[in-house]
Amino acid sequence: MIPSIPQPRIVSLAYTGYVIAFFIFLGLPLVVVAVFAFNDSQFPSLPWEGFTWNWFFGSERPMIGVFHERSILRAIGTSAFVAVLVSILSVTVGLSNAFLFNRYRFRGQGILYIFMLLPLVVPGIVLGISILVFSSRVANGMWDVAHWDIEALRPGLTLVVLGQFSFIATISTLVLGARLQKFDRSLEEAAMNLGANRLTAVRTITLPYLGPAMVGAFVVAFLMSFENFNTTLMLVGSDAPLTIAMFDRLKEGSTPLLNAVSLLLMLGSSCLALVMIAFQKRG
Amino acid sequence: MYPDLECMNLTRRFGDTVAVDDVSFTVPAGSFFSILGPSGCGKTTIMRMIAGFLEPSSGDIHIRGRSVIDTPPNKRPVNMVFQHLALFPMMNIADNIGYGLRRAGVSKPEIEKKVEEALDRIGLPGIGARKVGELSGGQKQRVAIARCMVLEPEVLLLDEPLGALDLKLRERMKVELKALQAAFDTTFVYITHDQSEALVMSDRIAVMNEGRFEQVGSGQDLYYRPDTAFVAGFVGDANRWSGRIERVSGDEMEMRTDSGILMRGATHGRALSAGDRADVFVRPEAIRIAHSTEELAHFDNRITGKVESILFNGAASRILVQDSAGSGEIEVNLPQSGEFSGLSRGSEVQIGWSGAQGNCFAAEGS
Amino acid sequence: MRSEAKLGLILLLTPLLLWLSLLIFIPHVDMFLVSLRERVGVGEYKISLANYLTFINEPLYLHTFLRTAVMSILATMITLLIAFPVSYYIAKIARGRTQSALFLLCLVPFWVSELVRTFGWMILLRETGLISNLLQFLGLADGPVEMLYNDAAIMVGLVYTSMLFMVVPLVTTLESLPDEVIEAGYDLGGNGLSVLREIVIPHAAPGIVSGCIVVFMLSLGNYLTPTMLGGKDSLWFTELIYSQFIVRFNWELGAAFGFLLLGLSSLIVWGMLKLTGQSLEKTMG
Repeated sequence: MIPSIPQPRIVSLAYTGYVIAFFIFLGLPLVVVAVFAFNDSQFPSLPWEGFTWNWFFGSERPMIGVFHERSILRAIGTSAFVAVLVSILSVTVGLSNAFLFNRYRFRGQGILYIFMLLPLVVPGIVLGISILVFSSRVANGMWDVAHWDIEALRPGLTLVVLGQFSFIATISTLVLGARLQKFDRSLEEAAMNLGANRLTAVRTITLPYLGPAMVGAFVVAFLMSFENFNTTLMLVGSDAPLTIAMFDRLKEGSTPLLNAVSLLLMLGSSCLALVMIAFQKRG
Repeated sequence: MYPDLECMNLTRRFGDTVAVDDVSFTVPAGSFFSILGPSGCGKTTIMRMIAGFLEPSSGDIHIRGRSVIDTPPNKRPVNMVFQHLALFPMMNIADNIGYGLRRAGVSKPEIEKKVEEALDRIGLPGIGARKVGELSGGQKQRVAIARCMVLEPEVLLLDEPLGALDLKLRERMKVELKALQAAFDTTFVYITHDQSEALVMSDRIAVMNEGRFEQVGSGQDLYYRPDTAFVAGFVGDANRWSGRIERVSGDEMEMRTDSGILMRGATHGRALSAGDRADVFVRPEAIRIAHSTEELAHFDNRITGKVESILFNGAASRILVQDSAGSGEIEVNLPQSGEFSGLSRGSEVQIGWSGAQGNCFAAEGS
Repeated sequence: MRSEAKLGLILLLTPLLLWLSLLIFIPHVDMFLVSLRERVGVGEYKISLANYLTFINEPLYLHTFLRTAVMSILATMITLLIAFPVSYYIAKIARGRTQSALFLLCLVPFWVSELVRTFGWMILLRETGLISNLLQFLGLADGPVEMLYNDAAIMVGLVYTSMLFMVVPLVTTLESLPDEVIEAGYDLGGNGLSVLREIVIPHAAPGIVSGCIVVFMLSLGNYLTPTMLGGKDSLWFTELIYSQFIVRFNWELGAAFGFLLLGLSSLIVWGMLKLTGQSLEKTMG
């Protein structure tokens, strides 16, 4: 059970075998996706027709690579734009929430904290439709009352950003709150003792301490937004983020182009994750 | 009748390092045996081998005359009080104490009875329904012991269980542990790096260093008749001088210290001869302090020095004396009889001790 | 000083309240109100339970709902069974570098989109896929085998997608169990099974509960995996919601479905917390 308890050899061998099998299960789909990005064929499946870079750099039909496929490139841009907005919003609000729950005691705080957690236990698709229903009602109401057409309240990127933000904010609040919890308040007191006022103390001591956690929360928010499907699906308008664009293509049948995009996604998120780990280590 | 525990040529290697090096010892039934040593000396390794959590590289372990080398830890007739006690936080006190009995398939009413008895025995009746977190440090200690004792083990192993307690409680628990051992009449094997714990509680103590036993004996043996320089330095406090031996006759010897003082000491039968490098150990309480040389006339070692500092600590007060040759500070007990209350920093004092108190060992590495 | 503190409180409270009220609370209340509307003419509505009655009276809807719930519970249990030994291995058996490397390896698949993961399984499972080819190569099958578009494929996808959310809380709680406590269990006569039952599992309970809650939620609300791996007849409740909203424009019925999904997930989460005596703050925070 632990290394210091003697076990029959066969048991520990079987256990190790199980763990290896698990990691194969975990890795297989990703490896397969990556490998078939280089298949010189119209289909991401066997037989293997030889190695090619065309699904990345090809510029002629029928093999138009990722870097020449306008619609995919635009979808990547859209996703990145949405993700940056969502991350900024989430980290800002998360920071404010973390301070609120850590530094203040007020009536109804416990209830509010539970409320703050709820978006995590609401299915993403329900979050999406509730925001869709509400915003449409407001938009219709505005039109009826003042003949104002508020484009932002119709399905589109604004709603996508708000929808993703509505639950990613909880996650960044938790990440930042956990870090703030570990902060030694006496450091702030020391700063004030040395002549800083409260706000300066927070700015010069507490915020730098939270720095790595803020980077972490930003990266997590970025990745979650980039990957989000359920909420986005219900709120998307004509500009489709990458996951939706890929989903639409996948429904029509897949080419190794999708493998190539996927591989780029994997590389991109791995880089981001590495950045985050590097920052965490420094903190 | 067999001894409760017997270790024969026990050796354990981790890669190239030898954690326990050919250690043999026996622990008679009903005794309190301690293994005392600095951290990393291999005492925890011995303990874990006896409990069955580590396999010896070679050697054998007998309990009541039967080898337990091939017995898994859950079947060995020894139980262990862990360093951090390892009480099960997911169970209440009664379930903790009854855990081993449930494993042994004892009937429910029987378990209840035994748990109650055990709680009475450790002086905590009626706390069975409480949670682990609600107990104080000393209470947890006693529960951890009771949890093992209900199983009536042949040997109880204790792995520095007092380490986590604060000083006052530790002092009290020393006395309490000794009393519990007498009450349960079970063999205790206790490991610690704290000499006072070992000295106060044990019938016999093994001093361990770098994987080997340096000396096994009673507290008095270790304190007054250390076999090795390590024991002399590790058990109790001692002033230590290094130098070269000038003359040996019978049990007496003379050594010239590196700072040039001629010093008399005793070899206690150890083979030393003129020209050898050696260390002399003298306990602070063996050194007498006086205002004039005449009072010390009967001592064969006399030094004049200046008081460097006074370390007041009640009955254990000491002074540090700097000798005139400037060869370092000498720690000397300061009697609190009032005779030396006038001493202050810089006062000149005479100190002296008998050569028989100067324990001499061959220098390490020679 | 007091007024300064009050100002700070108000400043920090504002974004929280705006977020929770405008994006969470009011939209859900509104969705509930919409679900109670019945269309009686062009732009005319009355309050009724018609949408909920439709749900009850239409066997397909009810069946899909129950099927989604049962499959999600099943997926949660399978995920737990697969993840527990692995988490235990990472937390208590692997040491030092291996330990952190294995933990990191568990996280890797979840840095990429769920879409990519599902796509990977499609490549593996479809008729012309890798596994089908492998079976033919080994002589275990005569012709191409279609392994997509059935419940097993959905299950594989759900379990795979949720794995991380089970492994992480399990590893975290198991890691906090000192080796000493496990050793004490053995020292007092316990064997592997009884130590597991009486010490390891009770200790890991908070991790098990939070893992199960998240996995159940994610499975219940999943749209991508059942659609891609289960095909046309996958009958997942989220697909009904999607089609009512986007295809049929019957928002009233769609809202009712959404509310039912929310109700089911809340009920099971609440029940699981009550059953194990945990609280949402502790399991999530």
